[in-house]
Amino acid sequence: MKFLTDPVVARLQAEMRTPDLSGTRYRTVKFLGQGGMGVVWLAEDRVLERSVALKVLSAESSSAALAARLMQEAIVLARLEHPGIVPVHDAGTLPDGRTFYCMKHVEGQTLDRHIERLPLRQRLQLFQRVAEPLAFAHSRGIIHRDLKPRNIMVGPFGEVLIMDWGLAKVMSAGDPSPAAGQVSGQAPTRDASGAPSVEALASEKSPTAHGAVLGTPGFMSPEQERGDISMIDQRTDVFALGAILQSMLEEQPGSPPARALRAICGKAMSAEIAARYASVEKMSADVGRYLDGMPVSAYRENLVERTVRLVSRNRVAVVLILAYLFMRLLFILFSRH
Amino acid sequence: MTNKIVLGLVLGGILGILDGLTAWFTPEVRNQLMGIVFGSTLKGIIAGVLIGVFARKVNSLPLGIVFGLAVGAFLAWLVANFMQHGYYLEIMLPGAMVGLIVGYATQKYGASTQLQRT
Repeated sequence: MKFLTDPVVARLQAEMRTPDLSGTRYRTVKFLGQGGMGVVWLAEDRVLERSVALKVLSAESSSAALAARLMQEAIVLARLEHPGIVPVHDAGTLPDGRTFYCMKHVEGQTLDRHIERLPLRQRLQLFQRVAEPLAFAHSRGIIHRDLKPRNIMVGPFGEVLIMDWGLAKVMSAGDPSPAAGQVSGQAPTRDASGAPSVEALASEKSPTAHGAVLGTPGFMSPEQERGDISMIDQRTDVFALGAILQSMLEEQPGSPPARALRAICGKAMSAEIAARYASVEKMSADVGRYLDGMPVSAYRENLVERTVRLVSRNRVAVVLILAYLFMRLLFILFSRH
Repeated sequence: MTNKIVLGLVLGGILGILDGLTAWFTPEVRNQLMGIVFGSTLKGIIAGVLIGVFARKVNSLPLGIVFGLAVGAFLAWLVANFMQHGYYLEIMLPGAMVGLIVGYATQKYGASTQLQRT
């Protein structure tokens, strides 16, 4: 009896992992990475002659529920047409039966790597750009639920793209804290164009049962950790944004972050949902106020801090007035002699 | 936000009062203090309004500062030449400085947009 050697087993596993793209318009170029339920490949679209990214359900974890979740992710992404959200080009089933979707190939770095050499001001401006697509998604009733620096890409021209919407939750219209309605094994109802409607997705029976824990530790809100799906709303993403902001500040070399910034993180990451920012926009606006040298809503500053902030904000005016007073003092001194 | 002209008027007026009050430290002119404060305040207000109008028309920090400096120095020269008959440095330097501060402030702060009637 002859046993297979490790390199042979590794080779066979790699072959198994490679999706069967025969008869499709795509050709695999290289393996990019593996997520919880899918494998991402860099591929070539032979019709349009461009590079794309293919997210394919991994062979080991292939199931009807996961296939539906991957398709759900594609549908959610297709509905979110925003420069800060990666666009979907195509979705379907491969000849080997695996579900896939095709999206724009995003070149760049993940947020945690991109900010390594950025000064504080640029980090905060970048953070505000992260909040924009998220606010858009919330306005469409979609909660990301898995925000973390590694799911945020920064392109070569500074463009920010939020990735991996696999755990996204579709909110019911008009319900601030609705029951989860994100993934279904059944085909969702379709609108006039033939595409499944977000409302239909939201109203479907969810396989994410109450008590199931989905997310990434460190960026997951307490309600996510408890698996309390009924409590999840946009403030769940606010919590994750707070954790992201905190990680962006912690990686800042030199002086520790200002109290106002720490207070913004603290408010966003409050264990009590009602104590958090009501929306991503409000949190981003507070960061903007800090950048503009204005007081932030999350922190009540004392008189000294207020004075220091006003002086540093109006540095030139203060210098001019001091110069004027100094000149006046000189005149008085000289007139006495 | 305060209108740029109002900001120039208020700031020019306050700095003008302070400017005039410093004459108290010059014993030779102390008996004319009220007249000096009044004239200085008026000069500050006129300079402030002119600089405020300029700031409303021209949105440029360097130009605003140069204009403020020029207006402040010119008005101070008028005072030194025709009213005080001397004290050029003591009047023109602070006057120019006040113009500079008002020029900076009206460019940096204050609302420049005019409300439209509907």
